[in-house]
Amino acid sequence: MIISMDLELKDIPGQLVHALIPLSDLGANIMSVIHHHDQPTPSGSIPVQVVIQLTNGRLDDIITDLEKNDIRVVRVGKKRLYEEVTVILIGHIVHNDMSDTIDQIDNTGFAEVVSISISMPGINEPSSASLVINAENKNKLIEAMNILKKVAKKKELLVIEPIEN
Amino acid sequence: MKTIRLSIIGFGAVGQGVARVLRIKRDYLVRSGIDILVVAVTDSRGACIDQNGLDLKVVLQRKKESGTVATSNTSSLDVIKNTDHDLVIEATPTDIETGEPGSTHIFESFQHGRHVVTSNKGPLALQYKRLYNEAKKNGVMFRFEATVGGAMPILNLAQDILAGNRIISIEGILNGTCNYILSRMAEESLSYKHVLGEAQELGIAETDPTYDVEGIDTACKLVILANAIFGMDVAYNDVEVTGITNITSEALFLANVEKKVIRLIGEVEDGNKKIIRVAPRLVPKQHPLAVGGTLNVALLKTDIAGPICINGRGAGSIETASAILSDIIAICRKNT
Ligand SMILES: NC(=O)c1ccc[n+]([C@@H]2O[C@H](COP(=O)([O-])OP(=O)(O)OC[C@H]3O[C@@H](n4cnc5c(N)ncnc54)[C@H](OP(=O)(O)O)[C@@H]3O)[C@@H](O)[C@H]2O)c1
Repeated sequence: MIISMDLELKDIPGQLVHALIPLSDLGANIMSVIHHHDQPTPSGSIPVQVVIQLTNGRLDDIITDLEKNDIRVVRVGKKRLYEEVTVILIGHIVHNDMSDTIDQIDNTGFAEVVSISISMPGINEPSSASLVINAENKNKLIEAMNILKKVAKKKELLVIEPIEN
Repeated sequence: MKTIRLSIIGFGAVGQGVARVLRIKRDYLVRSGIDILVVAVTDSRGACIDQNGLDLKVVLQRKKESGTVATSNTSSLDVIKNTDHDLVIEATPTDIETGEPGSTHIFESFQHGRHVVTSNKGPLALQYKRLYNEAKKNGVMFRFEATVGGAMPILNLAQDILAGNRIISIEGILNGTCNYILSRMAEESLSYKHVLGEAQELGIAETDPTYDVEGIDTACKLVILANAIFGMDVAYNDVEVTGITNITSEALFLANVEKKVIRLIGEVEDGNKKIIRVAPRLVPKQHPLAVGGTLNVALLKTDIAGPICINGRGAGSIETASAILSDIIAICRKNT
């Protein structure tokens, strides 16, 4: 799970360490820290944004520990999946068990279809759909894409992938 | 100043473009120390030959009026074998199944010690290595800039101008017909069928558009790039090809919502991945590959120069002749 947190630290030396230690002690992988030293809040504390990766769900413990250290946790946003791709499918998408296509991605546990828009011009005409897929990281995203391509091939759907970057 | 004697084999859009360009550029060439004498021109019905040099204006006129250049029924192969000259411009139709008549023309030219410049993709897409080796064996030059990207100088860019760089990958739009169709469908929310018909009327698509819209043309060009630039040994059958015939205007609409366009992209990548494929792809509108109309574009990733992108006209009589002219000049410079 990838989590972003907005914290507020007192403007005294050593506060950032107080914030980061409970994170790493509880097994979080710190992915990024942005320290807004130049933008203090009206009350004079310093906003800090951290993004962490947490493999076991101990978010509550982390928050408790942070607050024990006198650090205010302003906002916690869960963003479990980090890499995103949009693809377009063309073909008889709906008649070919659409939910199965989505399940095959969602069942991986590391990727999921987060949004889908379908355009169906007529009963016997091919539909078009754009799918947004999220995954834990780049490699998992490639893996998810490979699953999608395999399913699409079986169902005779055309997959339009993005160019690489 | 040394005189280079050449023949033009095949006198359609490209062959005639070459004749026109040689006329327009005559003074320029002479000033550059290059004197070109066209000693033979052929089409499917015969040849005209003059060892003292043909008047290209007369040849163009005759082709226009009578439909052929022929003043004798000498075949192209006869000209290649028996007319004394240095350089053969091979501009007969591309046949992706047999490579003929181009392959025979080119092999015979090499065996008679003549350099070859061609715009014909067939022979190259089918047996690049054999042609390359045969040219080498006979100590002659073989250049084919016009086969990929029309006026766009992609082969010479990668091989000469970017000398010292390793080309990591090339991605691009190498077929103007497909690009026109996809751009138009998106801009006007029209169906594939409708825009194809329109393109045929405008002469942008052939009566039988299969070769373009099924991605075959792009695949042939990728094979040429893969062999010539990446030193691979691949043929048409090694390419994974998907064309644009199933693209819907709804798909283009959905792409547009994401600020993207759909383009038929050819992609070659060397190294451990070894990709060579043609497929419709989503391209961000701001991306350099997102060109519209009949334009072609190529993005080369290199190890020291970084990414390099070129675009230009991928077809047309004069435009293709520009690429042929640059090859002729390169050969003249090496051989005078
Ligand atoms: N047009 C372009 O923009 C473009 C761009 C890049 C590459 N190319 C390639 O360049 C080549 C020529 O294209 P094009 O557009 O000029 O084609 P084209 O207009 O169809 O002309 C082909 C010419 O070859 C002649 N020909 C056919 N069979 C022959 C044979 N057995 N021996 C001698 N001549 C023969 C034809 O004779 P007749 O005149 O008697 O029919 C015609 O003059 C093709 O391989 C094409 O793929 C074309």
